[in-house]
Amino acid sequence: MSLLRYESQVRPPLVDGDKDYHQITEDICRPVEARPSRAWWIGFLISAALLAFGILSVTMEVIYGTGQWNLNKTVGWGWDITNFVWWVGIGHAGTLISAILLLFRQGWRTGVNRAAEAMTIFAVMCAGQFPIWHMGRVWNAFFVLPYPNTRGPLWVNFNSPLLWDVFAISTYFTVSLLFWYSGLIPDLATLRDRAKKKWAKMFYGVAAFGWTGSTKHWQRHEALSLVLAGLSTPLVLSVHTIVSFDFATSVVPGWHTTIFPPYFVAGAIFSGFAMVQTLLVVTRKVLGLQDYITIEHIDVMNKVIVLTGSIVGIAYLTELFMAWYSAVDYENFAFFKNRLDLNSPYGWSYWLMMGCNVLSPQIFWSRKMRRNLTVTFFMSILVNIGMWFERFVIIVTSVYRDYLPSAWSTYYTPTIWEVGFYLGTFGLFFTCYFLFSKFFPVIAIAEIKHILKRSGENYKEKMDVVENEDLNKFSAEQTGAPLTS
Amino acid sequence: MGQSPFIKKFITGNFYDEAVLFPAVKKVRRAGYRIHDVFTPFPIHGLDKAMGLRDTSLHTAGFIYGITGTATAVGFITWALTVDWKLNFGGKPFFSLPAWIPIAFELTVLFAAVGMVLTFCYLCQLAPFVKKDHFNPRSTDDTFVMALECTDKTNESDAIKFLMDAGATDVQVQYKETGWWLGRYDKDTMRFEKKKEEVAAH
Repeated sequence: MSLLRYESQVRPPLVDGDKDYHQITEDICRPVEARPSRAWWIGFLISAALLAFGILSVTMEVIYGTGQWNLNKTVGWGWDITNFVWWVGIGHAGTLISAILLLFRQGWRTGVNRAAEAMTIFAVMCAGQFPIWHMGRVWNAFFVLPYPNTRGPLWVNFNSPLLWDVFAISTYFTVSLLFWYSGLIPDLATLRDRAKKKWAKMFYGVAAFGWTGSTKHWQRHEALSLVLAGLSTPLVLSVHTIVSFDFATSVVPGWHTTIFPPYFVAGAIFSGFAMVQTLLVVTRKVLGLQDYITIEHIDVMNKVIVLTGSIVGIAYLTELFMAWYSAVDYENFAFFKNRLDLNSPYGWSYWLMMGCNVLSPQIFWSRKMRRNLTVTFFMSILVNIGMWFERFVIIVTSVYRDYLPSAWSTYYTPTIWEVGFYLGTFGLFFTCYFLFSKFFPVIAIAEIKHILKRSGENYKEKMDVVENEDLNKFSAEQTGAPLTS
Repeated sequence: MGQSPFIKKFITGNFYDEAVLFPAVKKVRRAGYRIHDVFTPFPIHGLDKAMGLRDTSLHTAGFIYGITGTATAVGFITWALTVDWKLNFGGKPFFSLPAWIPIAFELTVLFAAVGMVLTFCYLCQLAPFVKKDHFNPRSTDDTFVMALECTDKTNESDAIKFLMDAGATDVQVQYKETGWWLGRYDKDTMRFEKKKEEVAAH
């Protein structure tokens, strides 16, 4: 049977070391079952402190209104919407890894998918905060839902991209959560059956939903995963497409661009993979999971980064070309005066974006650099800075100079509460991630076991022997002489 | 142990290698033993076929949920914007289908995903606080556990020997109370449908 699953030697192993099924369980459950380390506590407390500051910042905004932010006459969307798009984009890598790579049968996804999916969910949670609190009178937030109301009923505008966003983001969050949790159930059952402490027995007992590992259940589970992957794939593309419609369907020069949907999706995957790298380079080291999240994984993800970074680069150049080719004064002004011109107030942000997103990832054409952890970590931070500035450039440089020079705004800088809100979402994100890495297996245990005999190092070596023997025998039968090379 | 209607006898055997498990499943089925279930720590492709399970129709259910989502979105928006409260957006037609595609798509995905997960949980009888018996806790770790169901005709010692010959280790006889928590690989007992009298009978 295992012969049928044989995979070419050309592909390097995805699980290093001499592992068997039990060893995999031990390795991945160890961080969950051990007491949290000092590093975990420090990280967790810093995150919780940031979250607390974020809550304070939001409270200030709710009490005193959006006037607490430096949004002004033409810059109605500033840091808040920039952060929203940035966080949503980060979420996309998780779904790409878990869904699209499942459909493409990429074995390497199994090492990183669980953590990446968790990252998706936390990132979407952070993203959702911004449009909600930006509403100002947040207690009326439910007005975005089409519920029968006493005002007619007056329905929401189904033709508006902003409403599409409501549906897209909430669907995305729900489906990602279901996908993630349905995948977690078998692993939670593993933890449940190993648990020794009373609270752990109770917690994992409740969380594992009574999973047994019955063959019929696995059959349904596989069907469910596959269909959810098939649904999530167009979903993830639709989500950032719809986010880009928030801009692209307007008539603001700099936003009114037909290439936005593919350009945003590529950018989202780009920044998402960078965040996955940031998290996993640290996680694999701290939790001792180097055998499962191997250099090979880091390498392939860096390949995705250089690919999507270059797609984003082409999109930037296409935008410039289209602005010039359109011969529209306003388009030209938005791109060549407000962005490209280094002497304009925000010119620096455009070139920072170009440097971080287009130039710096090109370093990953080198295999040596792709496999260097320090470079990867540094680059992942750089890419995320660049992608934040991409959204900042798109949003702020398009609106800070309106059609009429009399409406040109003063230089927009955020207040402490805008910055605090952003830092607060980092707090939320990392608090959730720390809790996740403590209480849940950060690697999909069952899925790693599933690929072990195809992609495990020790099995690959065994298969090598089998393959050579078979070829020699085959050759001897066919030609009368063993294979020589 | 007498033949109480509420107690069933099972013979369980452990396997550690798929290459041993597959021929064993075939042998056991050919010999006419009734496999209660095989519990595995991860999905083993082809095991369902080897055990003679029919394909799941979860996909079909998902398709139906998806279509329901599309119909809900298109139907509701059509009614809201062309019948209930006509709103003129820049002179565009009231029935402007292209602008509704995003929401129709999102609801399709949402309905399909939520519906399928709920159906999955219902079919497998999974829910928080549910406890089920799976014979050997190591079946979520590294062991493939095959459980044979004994009937009146089953000769216990023959069955044990047969399993051991088929490659099973640590063959045991286990007695279980029957009930929803046992489940069955071909048909799950529907706990949430159980009538009151039946529950009282236990």
